[in-house]
Amino acid sequence: MSEPILKVEGVQAKYGDFVAVEEATLDVPQGIIVSVIGANGAGKSTLMDTIAGVHKPTAGTITFKGEDITGMPAEKVVLRGLSLVPQGSRCFIRMTVEDNLVMGSYPKAARAKVKDSLERVYELFPVLKEKRNDLSGSLSGGQRQMVAIGRALMTNPELVLFDEISLGLAPTIIKDIYARIKQISGEGMTVVLVEQDTKRAIKTGEISHVMLKGKVVLSGRSAELGEEEIKKAYFGL
Amino acid sequence: MQILINGILLGAIYALLGVGMSMMFGIVKLTNLAHGEFIIMGAFGSTILSSALGINPILTLVVTVPVMFLLGMVLQSVLINRVMLRGAEPALLVTFGLSIILKDAMLLLFTADAQKIGVSYATASLNLGGISISVLNLVVFAISLITILVLTLFLRKTYMGRAIRATSDDTVAASLMGVSVKKTYGVAMGIAMATAAIAGLCVGMRWTFYPSSGGEYLLIAFGVVVIGGMGSIPGTLVAGLVFGLAQVIGGANYGMFISYIVLLVMLAVRPQGLFSK
Repeated sequence: MSEPILKVEGVQAKYGDFVAVEEATLDVPQGIIVSVIGANGAGKSTLMDTIAGVHKPTAGTITFKGEDITGMPAEKVVLRGLSLVPQGSRCFIRMTVEDNLVMGSYPKAARAKVKDSLERVYELFPVLKEKRNDLSGSLSGGQRQMVAIGRALMTNPELVLFDEISLGLAPTIIKDIYARIKQISGEGMTVVLVEQDTKRAIKTGEISHVMLKGKVVLSGRSAELGEEEIKKAYFGL
Repeated sequence: MQILINGILLGAIYALLGVGMSMMFGIVKLTNLAHGEFIIMGAFGSTILSSALGINPILTLVVTVPVMFLLGMVLQSVLINRVMLRGAEPALLVTFGLSIILKDAMLLLFTADAQKIGVSYATASLNLGGISISVLNLVVFAISLITILVLTLFLRKTYMGRAIRATSDDTVAASLMGVSVKKTYGVAMGIAMATAAIAGLCVGMRWTFYPSSGGEYLLIAFGVVVIGGMGSIPGTLVAGLVFGLAQVIGGANYGMFISYIVLLVMLAVRPQGLFSK
């Protein structure tokens, strides 16, 4: 197997004295979908924030495409082709849908392709084209999530981290968004999916990692992981 | 009708006084108490340059605007960004200190004498169907409107402008798009000071000013920002017009009084401002 696109080794992250991620180690091979599952408070989101540069780790190393990006600020990480769709979408609510998407082309390398990228996002989510002049704050939760995904794709990433994109959405919308993620992955992009919904995550991800209390406790090919094994890791039984 | 015209002419410059402050409020979440001094700095800059070089005062903007922009960037990056890590109150105190330092420095440099930027058309006026319009006020009105329009277009149409708006909505999400929040704050302060330079020119052309006049204009800027909704540029423009009209209706004796009554009523009825979301 070739060198993984992302390597996380012994990463620790804290909020003040509270240790959110104690020791996380995982590999993300290029070109596939990798799921990270775990209960609420297992440290999944903090780990994603730490990889993307939103949060500073207190120990460990993060390597992306062979380069050490540990502690690098988010605005520099994204330039290297790693994009995060943050939990709760975090759209720019006082900006139009199109302005939100165009913000994704802020990195200089992405600006030249802004028209093509925009078209691709509109193809992926036609509803956004209809609503392109609406303020993103006026959209439904699912549509905001689409804006957040589209915005991340506009940065021209090679790896996208999706942090609990199904949170609070209706099942039909979740299904639709997941179909789009598979489509994106089929075009060669590497995807990391963070989920609380274990079944969907394992079905979608080729490789799964289970987190418990700030640690990665189980990793393997999703097809080879037993249901009982996952349940044990998930609940720490 | 005469009152309406005078109010609108006055209102536009009020909007210009407030627009830089509104940006800092809305984007950087900073209450900049030195904004009045920045305006007076701009006024002195234009006074000195126009009399030393013997040029049209409006041309001095070619120098004062970029210089003030750079000063703003440096001020924000070197001083205020650092203080803001400790919270909003220390940053507020720093701008208060800055305002005192700048005021005293100008007093030292330029003495307490009254100043004015002289223009040849200072007393000229147009007569349109019985309404008399001062040419000077019309020029100041045009400068104010153009500045606000250019600023609006910049914020809407450019990558930097969008980055500034995005940062004001969500700093984390903006950084995920490759935006350096600190640099954006620097640019925002630069722009705020550049608008202060233009406002200073207008103030100097329309009114007599002193090194200590900053407070007076800070108050007006404050009023405009509060009425308009913090960070909203169209709001600032409308608020400026409301403030200006209220003052003209009140006349020389009650003008400011009525303006501040309007401000109080606004605070009671719609504290988030006219255009705030």
